[in-house]
Amino acid sequence: MSILVNKDTKVIVQGFTGKEGTFHAEQCLAYGTKIVGGVTPGKGGQEHLGQPVFNTVADAVASTGATVSMIFVPPAFVSDAVMEAADAGITLAVIITEGAPVKDMMYAKAYATKKNMMTIGPNCPGIITADECKIGIMPGFIFKKGNIGLISKSGTLTYESANQVVKEGFGITTAVGIGGDPIIGLSYKQLLPMFEADPETHAIVMIGEIGGDLEIQAAAYIKEHITKPVVAFIAGQTAPAGKRMGHAGAIISGGAGTAAEKMAALEAAGVKVVVSPADIGKAIAEVMNK
Amino acid sequence: MNIHEYQAKQLFKKYNVPTPRGHIALTPDEAVKAAQELGGTIWVVKAQIHAGGRGLGGGVKLARSTEEVRALAHEILGMQLVTHQTGPEGKLVQKVYIEEGADIAKEYYLGILLDRASEMPVMMASTEGGMAIEDVAHDSPEKIIKVSIDPLTGFQSFHGRKLAFGLGLPVAEINTFIKFASALYKVYMDHDAEMIEINPLIKTGDGKFLALDAKMGFDNNALYRQNEVHEMRDLSEEEPTEIEAGQYGLSYIKLDGDVGCMVNGAGLAMGTMDTINYEGGRPANFLDVGGSASAETVAKGFEIILKDPNVKAIFVNIFGGIVRCDRVANGILDATKLTKVDVPVIVRLDGTNAVEAADILNNAGISNIIAATDLADGARKAVAAAKGA
Repeated sequence: MSILVNKDTKVIVQGFTGKEGTFHAEQCLAYGTKIVGGVTPGKGGQEHLGQPVFNTVADAVASTGATVSMIFVPPAFVSDAVMEAADAGITLAVIITEGAPVKDMMYAKAYATKKNMMTIGPNCPGIITADECKIGIMPGFIFKKGNIGLISKSGTLTYESANQVVKEGFGITTAVGIGGDPIIGLSYKQLLPMFEADPETHAIVMIGEIGGDLEIQAAAYIKEHITKPVVAFIAGQTAPAGKRMGHAGAIISGGAGTAAEKMAALEAAGVKVVVSPADIGKAIAEVMNK
Repeated sequence: MNIHEYQAKQLFKKYNVPTPRGHIALTPDEAVKAAQELGGTIWVVKAQIHAGGRGLGGGVKLARSTEEVRALAHEILGMQLVTHQTGPEGKLVQKVYIEEGADIAKEYYLGILLDRASEMPVMMASTEGGMAIEDVAHDSPEKIIKVSIDPLTGFQSFHGRKLAFGLGLPVAEINTFIKFASALYKVYMDHDAEMIEINPLIKTGDGKFLALDAKMGFDNNALYRQNEVHEMRDLSEEEPTEIEAGQYGLSYIKLDGDVGCMVNGAGLAMGTMDTINYEGGRPANFLDVGGSASAETVAKGFEIILKDPNVKAIFVNIFGGIVRCDRVANGILDATKLTKVDVPVIVRLDGTNAVEAADILNNAGISNIIAATDLADGARKAVAAAKGA
């Protein structure tokens, strides 16, 4: 078991024939992901990486039965691509592209929600179900199969945590990189109940960072609804206020969104919060061996 | 990206958001000329820097004659203005805005920003004009009235009514306020703004609303389509090393510790700073070298980190995913040839081909490069090296 995606998930790629799209689609195919085609307007009818190319998402869905789209189009075209996917009946769009304007994402997400399409990202590594399906840019080999679910705003911290979990002798069910932009798709609050419901997932690692209040919302949700152990790390304890730390959403503004307040809220919700990201693996070992 | 008050007011004017009349001046002579053009008997001389609290810091002053305008412009231009937002070193004032005096009957606060929880712009108003809104939010949150505005349908009159009645405005003034707020929302949306703050928004003796101050910040991701805003960028308001790093695709922020950090990925970069802190050291910077971590970017990273004389050791923390660690290791060796690095460099490479990478570094025989096995080990060694242990 896993959440959201598995070995049977049919995936198309928007921005299939571009440099990034090609490179990562190839890696995903090698991992075993069922990429059944791609979309590049004007290149419909061609073949790329052994898969058909379509002019529109609607054509791709009609012909392949794909339910998930991995989006690699340039930032200025992201909202258009997301809305096209939603309109074509895609149920989950994984938006890898970095640098999409916030206003565009505001519109695109509102539209996606109206069309009942879930989104992950933008500006994220994607989602991976170990040994089954990789939709994104993460190095697949780190994610050994196991019983830990992972939700993270940061790409490299996802790899770091998965690696530590594996070194402690455990593994991953599904890992979701949700991205660090001000407006993102699926967040902790939507993903936590999925892991709670997944019988294969025995514990959850949650990586947050400064800015916004998604982690606070998550803490409130965990307190009420999550029975599985949760280990959390919040990046940016040493970040100065008012400075954007790489991610567009990683900023303490008006004194709100600090690591300290998020850590306190999570601790109060019964989460095992580690101060150093080097202790994530050990913390998982502790909660799993209890 | 942020802009100056006078630039924000230029945008306001185009959208018929009322502001006092004013002119920008770079010299005392220009300031006097500006005052003469404006006419009247009272002017305000306002320092233009990207920071709040200018009035308290002595950067906003009232003049009752053109001689006084000259004297104040002379005093403010060239000063290092210190406010609660500038840090102790302050910011150099290079421009003053000369504005006509306004007849202030009442001060309010009005702002728009993105509410990340509702994923909509939220407009906020308060009767506590002139106060820092963070303090009002903390001490008396009931004094802030908020309306979320659905971007798909935009600003409606009812949003304006909710704010206006919340502020206790008399019925006769409600429509004027709604017009003001509606125009301000358009300014926000049309320019991909991240925030607008008018503090204070004033009501004049004859019942007009005027933006007495104006602060705007923008979504950097949207600057490619906001030429007018992009041209307003004032590089002298930004950290030179941060600008330089940006030109090479690096994201750098200077901090005040002594352990330099070079990391791939923003989250891990913050996590590395936190680990250094946890191990008893203090990070000198945030630096995300991006996904590729090539010899060129790593070399540039060393160069930028070493511009800070406080740096006593550098912790390179790279989690190689798609990028192979052996390539990064060779990149680091090449980088030390491109840039002279005379402090200890602690290198932790994990992920693809990490073992080969460690061999490459160990066999290179460079005495100041120290290999680390994991995040905690690297942070400990870097902290120890910075302390001279």
